[in-house]
Amino acid sequence: MKTNWFTSSGNWILDRFPLTKLWNDHMAHYYAPKNFNFWYFFGSLALLVLVNQFVTGILLTMNYKPDAKLAFDSVEYIMRDVHWGWLIRYMHSTGASAFFIVIYLHMFRGLMYGSFKQPRELVWIFGMLLFVALMAEAFMGYLLPWGQMSYWGAQVIISLFSAIPVIGDELSLWVRGDYVVSDATLNRFFAFHVISVPLVLVMLVFLHIVALHEVGSNNPDGIDIKKYKNEQGVPLDGIPFHPYYTVKDIAGVGVFLIFFATVIFYMPEMGGYFLEHANFIPADPLKTPEHIAPVWYFTPFYAILRAIPDKFAGVIGMGGAIVVLFLLPWLDRNPVRSIRYRGGIYKKALLMFAISFLVLGYLGTQPATPSATIVARIFTAIYFGFFLLMPIYTRWEKTKPVPTRTTEHHSIDEQLPALLEEITELKPATSEIDHGVFRSSFFSRRPSPTGIRHVLTRFAKKLVESLD
Amino acid sequence: MKNFLTLSLLLLSLAANASESVKLDDADIDLADKISLLRGAKHFVTNCLGCHSIKHIRYLRIAKDMEVDEKMILNDIAPLGAGIYDQIHSAMNKHDAEKWFGTQPPDLSLIARSRGADWLYSYLKSYYIDPKRPFGVNNMIFQDTAMPNPFWKLQGEQQAVTRKTIYGDHTELEIEEPGTLSEKEFDIMVNDLVNFLVYVGEPVQLERRQMGKYVLLFLLIFFVVGYLLKKEYWKDIH
Amino acid sequence: MINEGVDNSKRQFLTSALTVVGAVGTGFLAVPFLAQMQPSVKAMAAGAPVEVDISKMETGQLIRVAWRGKPVWILNRTPEVLETLKTLDSKLRDPQSLESIQPASSKNPGRSIKPEVFVAVGLCTHLGCSPTFRPEIAPSDLGEGWKGGFFCPCHGSWFDLAGRVFQGVPAPTNLEIPPYRYISDTQLIIGEPEEGKSA
Repeated sequence: MKTNWFTSSGNWILDRFPLTKLWNDHMAHYYAPKNFNFWYFFGSLALLVLVNQFVTGILLTMNYKPDAKLAFDSVEYIMRDVHWGWLIRYMHSTGASAFFIVIYLHMFRGLMYGSFKQPRELVWIFGMLLFVALMAEAFMGYLLPWGQMSYWGAQVIISLFSAIPVIGDELSLWVRGDYVVSDATLNRFFAFHVISVPLVLVMLVFLHIVALHEVGSNNPDGIDIKKYKNEQGVPLDGIPFHPYYTVKDIAGVGVFLIFFATVIFYMPEMGGYFLEHANFIPADPLKTPEHIAPVWYFTPFYAILRAIPDKFAGVIGMGGAIVVLFLLPWLDRNPVRSIRYRGGIYKKALLMFAISFLVLGYLGTQPATPSATIVARIFTAIYFGFFLLMPIYTRWEKTKPVPTRTTEHHSIDEQLPALLEEITELKPATSEIDHGVFRSSFFSRRPSPTGIRHVLTRFAKKLVESLD
Repeated sequence: MKNFLTLSLLLLSLAANASESVKLDDADIDLADKISLLRGAKHFVTNCLGCHSIKHIRYLRIAKDMEVDEKMILNDIAPLGAGIYDQIHSAMNKHDAEKWFGTQPPDLSLIARSRGADWLYSYLKSYYIDPKRPFGVNNMIFQDTAMPNPFWKLQGEQQAVTRKTIYGDHTELEIEEPGTLSEKEFDIMVNDLVNFLVYVGEPVQLERRQMGKYVLLFLLIFFVVGYLLKKEYWKDIH
Repeated sequence: MINEGVDNSKRQFLTSALTVVGAVGTGFLAVPFLAQMQPSVKAMAAGAPVEVDISKMETGQLIRVAWRGKPVWILNRTPEVLETLKTLDSKLRDPQSLESIQPASSKNPGRSIKPEVFVAVGLCTHLGCSPTFRPEIAPSDLGEGWKGGFFCPCHGSWFDLAGRVFQGVPAPTNLEIPPYRYISDTQLIIGEPEEGKSA
């Protein structure tokens, strides 16, 4: 009787809404390549973090006050007087940093396996728009706690607009709504942060996924799985997203949440990178902190800004560092997608790019000394060189033959038993000496430094091989 | 490629400058030591509350976190007339403060989070006689601080003595006129105070670390079950 | 894809196990998310007991104080009012306050500890408006039956000067009496029950 009622009301909905079709198109009969590796977790993780930001963000707005006089205190009120407010606030602040970690890894995956190339250019463009919207969201959100870093960070970044010739000063004035960052700025940033930009983000996520599901997912081999289909029209190298990738992503979510919770419960400030020390001082428009740096996820771009010795050129450089990413599908002239089958020159260029991004990120957090500025200039040149020289070096790149079907690579968890075996191989440092009280298995089996080095080199070699 | 990596590291070490000039003393922070925290609270009310508030915490919260009776906090620690729900405000008039110190003494609720425990501990111990300053004292850690030494009676007065060593000039603080506390007693007192300020910076920190264990344990179970399910399904693929 | 030799029972078991673990996790997460909407410590601080000095009150005067953000009335009743109250029982819905909220010490016909000093939460038990104080007898707008009391402008409920509701009006019960006690003869504390008794 009960099931009858249940199925009939279910049918009532299905007759009027394409629930089954949606489910099949995007989950049960969406065929994803079966050779996704570690790098393919970050798309779904980004979605998870987005949901986390929405839920915790809405809860925070219930107690936060977007008023220059009250904002700072209201954050501390959330941290202390609101039940569980501290947890919700830390979930939101850690989520912001986690979002960028996940997105940077997600983008790096795209660079490695050529996910931006034909026919996925639009997926990449929507993704880049998402990245820009996310940066705007994070920047405006960072003003809201109204601490010293919030205030002076916003002051510096908004002043960037004034570098634009002719309209610059008027524009930055208009963005602030005042002659300095003030209550008016805080209030409008709040409005943008909690409603406008999140709506844009949701729309872009929708477009990103629709565009992806139209052309199908790329894979670590960079091949088109739709070329080889069985009689039912199912790609031979494809597997339904549900259940295979839903269960795989759930396991990935488990690992991610372990890291996420570790930060929230044990190191919410992350040594001053996720929550900066100076931001625990209320905003003071009359006193700039000794050393101001944006939050870590903006520092690569900030370092580029500082590296260029001209105000306007610096702003162009910083903007260009992001714009150039949009052009990637047209800069790369090599039709081979995956780094596995590309020439050494792209591998090296990508590695140099990754290093320059990290170094610039580090330099952005540090004070700009003359020597640091020179180093920043060198790596800025490498950053842009990676993109601007791409049409040249990708042309005479020697590529390997691309397979027609996906290849088998061992995933991390499959390599684990072999790795553990290697560790047990390690020889005890001193086996003959009597250890007295410390004669436990732990101490007597302490591995020798040479053994550790061997294992590490072997592991590093494997890592390099897995990239190839 | 190896050359590039080496070069990058070299350049990085070039850029990373050793800017830390003043060496800080280590504060011994133990938030589980409730007796120390209560002593610190008492020191705060006696020595600091005259000028500095810690307005983001309430007496009630201290009573709860220290697991002591509310009446004990009101009688032994809070100033006369404070209510248990009150935030810990200073009685000082803001205009007077500006007149006396040129600036308003900051609220100290979050000072441990912005400055760090070691800095506070070192700062409070590093006052020395300097006749050029309005209050006759200066500070090694925070040059030309606007705050007079709150503990001169307890610590005594220190003189900065510069000696030539093989590593160059070396300045040390030496007690010139002893105070009412011995050096060790004074260190313990300042440490209790800093311990209390670290607690005030984030009262929930002990609780959150306690809770973290269970959350991580739960997530581990979640991961293991999820991983087993993944393995089970992926048997189809390989 | 090979679908032979699949251990469906294991699959089923692990799926259920994961569902259970996931549901438990969601449940744990829901607790802080929902609990954060509870009154905060600040709200509780505003709900702290309030001391009121009534030494300067004249007879017949009503004063209002805020307790937990609610209006609390303190009315110094005249002897005439106390006499009138005794005559109203037949027109009231709950003259003995059997179904109304009050501390035990106020569960008497006058609904107060001291007969002349009446303390009540000034919110109508119908939908939470604050009734107006109308001590006058038989005013033109309320008619002959009005013997002085509280009149709710929102939906027209009638209460007498002991906060007892009349018959035939929307309000279901008498006005709520908060816990309170006397610290001295002329000082009340609202929000704390009398010693040894619970509210």
